Amino acid sequence: MVDFGGWDMPVQYSGILDEHHAVRRAVGLFDVSHMGEIEIQGPQAFELVNLIATSAVAKLVDGQAQYAGLLYSHGGFVDDILIYRVNPQHYFLCVNASNQDKDYEHIAAQNRFDCTVENAGPRYSQLAIQGPKAAATLQKLTATELAPIKYYRSRDGEVDGVPARMARTGYTGEDCFEVFFAPAESERLWNKIMQAGAEFGIKPCGLGARNTLRLEAGMALYGHEINAEITPIEAGLERNCDMTKEFIGKRICVRQLAEGVTRKLMGFEMTGRGIGRDGYEVNVDGTPAGWVTSGGPSPTLGKNIGLCYLPTAAAQLGRTIQVIVRGQPVDAMTVATPFYKRAR
Amino acid sequence: MYPDNLRYTKEHEWVKVEGATGTIGITDHAQKELGDIVYVDLPKVGAVVETGKSLGSVESVKAVSEIYAPVSGEVLEINAMLSASPEKLNEDPHGEAWLVKVKLSSPDEINQLMSAADYRKHLGEA
Repeated sequence: MVDFGGWDMPVQYSGILDEHHAVRRAVGLFDVSHMGEIEIQGPQAFELVNLIATSAVAKLVDGQAQYAGLLYSHGGFVDDILIYRVNPQHYFLCVNASNQDKDYEHIAAQNRFDCTVENAGPRYSQLAIQGPKAAATLQKLTATELAPIKYYRSRDGEVDGVPARMARTGYTGEDCFEVFFAPAESERLWNKIMQAGAEFGIKPCGLGARNTLRLEAGMALYGHEINAEITPIEAGLERNCDMTKEFIGKRICVRQLAEGVTRKLMGFEMTGRGIGRDGYEVNVDGTPAGWVTSGGPSPTLGKNIGLCYLPTAAAQLGRTIQVIVRGQPVDAMTVATPFYKRAR
Repeated sequence: MYPDNLRYTKEHEWVKVEGATGTIGITDHAQKELGDIVYVDLPKVGAVVETGKSLGSVESVKAVSEIYAPVSGEVLEINAMLSASPEKLNEDPHGEAWLVKVKLSSPDEINQLMSAADYRKHLGEA
């Protein structure tokens, strides 16, 4: 068990590789109850959410989810979040565990609208069922028909008699469902889902596999790819910014889109022997130029992969860079992300 | 679990002495803590290793771990199998997946290391 933002979390159960492959090939179950939830409700809920989030909140329909940045006015990330529209007067935000209090304060400080902001983390547990057999596993426990729920859509119903929000969202690059419900039922639902997935070979999965899976899928992790000093434009998340509306932090994004950025997030594959890991320095043409934000072995691809910040001039595909591994420069090549994309 | 014919360090390496040769590896406890091992970095044959200094590293999916030499000496042989099959370290850390063999330069150093019983105690298993 490791301490993760004040939560005791398992890094692994049967082993990171075993859990990782279970998610890619069948199904895995993650207890992600540490994730925070913030509820925004009232006649002007939209106005508040649309101001604090970078994304096109107006485009959401009931039940739909959207990935967004929550930015400071200087353009750095407070957090990255998922926004679910429950109805036009009720938005449900899923936020990072260690950021939830900061997020709540940031949002509440902007609330000059006719709506309420609630730090609702204690009211929810969250289990993530991830993998090609995710829907088949969850379907055995709910009368809600899951097949019509599209990616990034959710529906409220019951899971084994427990009121639950079932969302086709995830952090692994596979088919997925995330289930939100009252914490009192956590252990029972965990066991029920494990039983339901037994025929598919479901595995309990920890933080270790969650990290290798999201890295292969090229998804950002707060504190690594994004933080208070990084903007969405630098992080390659401009598609999650609606530049036709106002949002906090927009000014710097406008400027960076017009003038360009000095650094950019890029994917890389190690071509020399060695593994580039989080925080390792990156050289371009023999000069220190950037750093690895996340790196490690890719169990699915059998390569050593990573994400790094590079000066914009060097941030082109197919360029050779060097990652400083234990004091030695080791060759790597920039590649497109995501590293892994599931067949649909 | 921990063979009596090996000597152990607090950093979870082991050494087996046969004549003037010491065979070095990591313990079962170390491989369990590391998890799935994916990469092993070893010194070259002929390199001189020194007690307590890094002789290489072992990397699992989640982390890098230094290996400290439990004894001093010149590297006679490295376990070539580990470059293609690092996962052997998870399967047989006290046997087939030894790391390096060294020609002991100070054979007395072995007396500073823990017996299997002491190592078990160190792990809190005794």
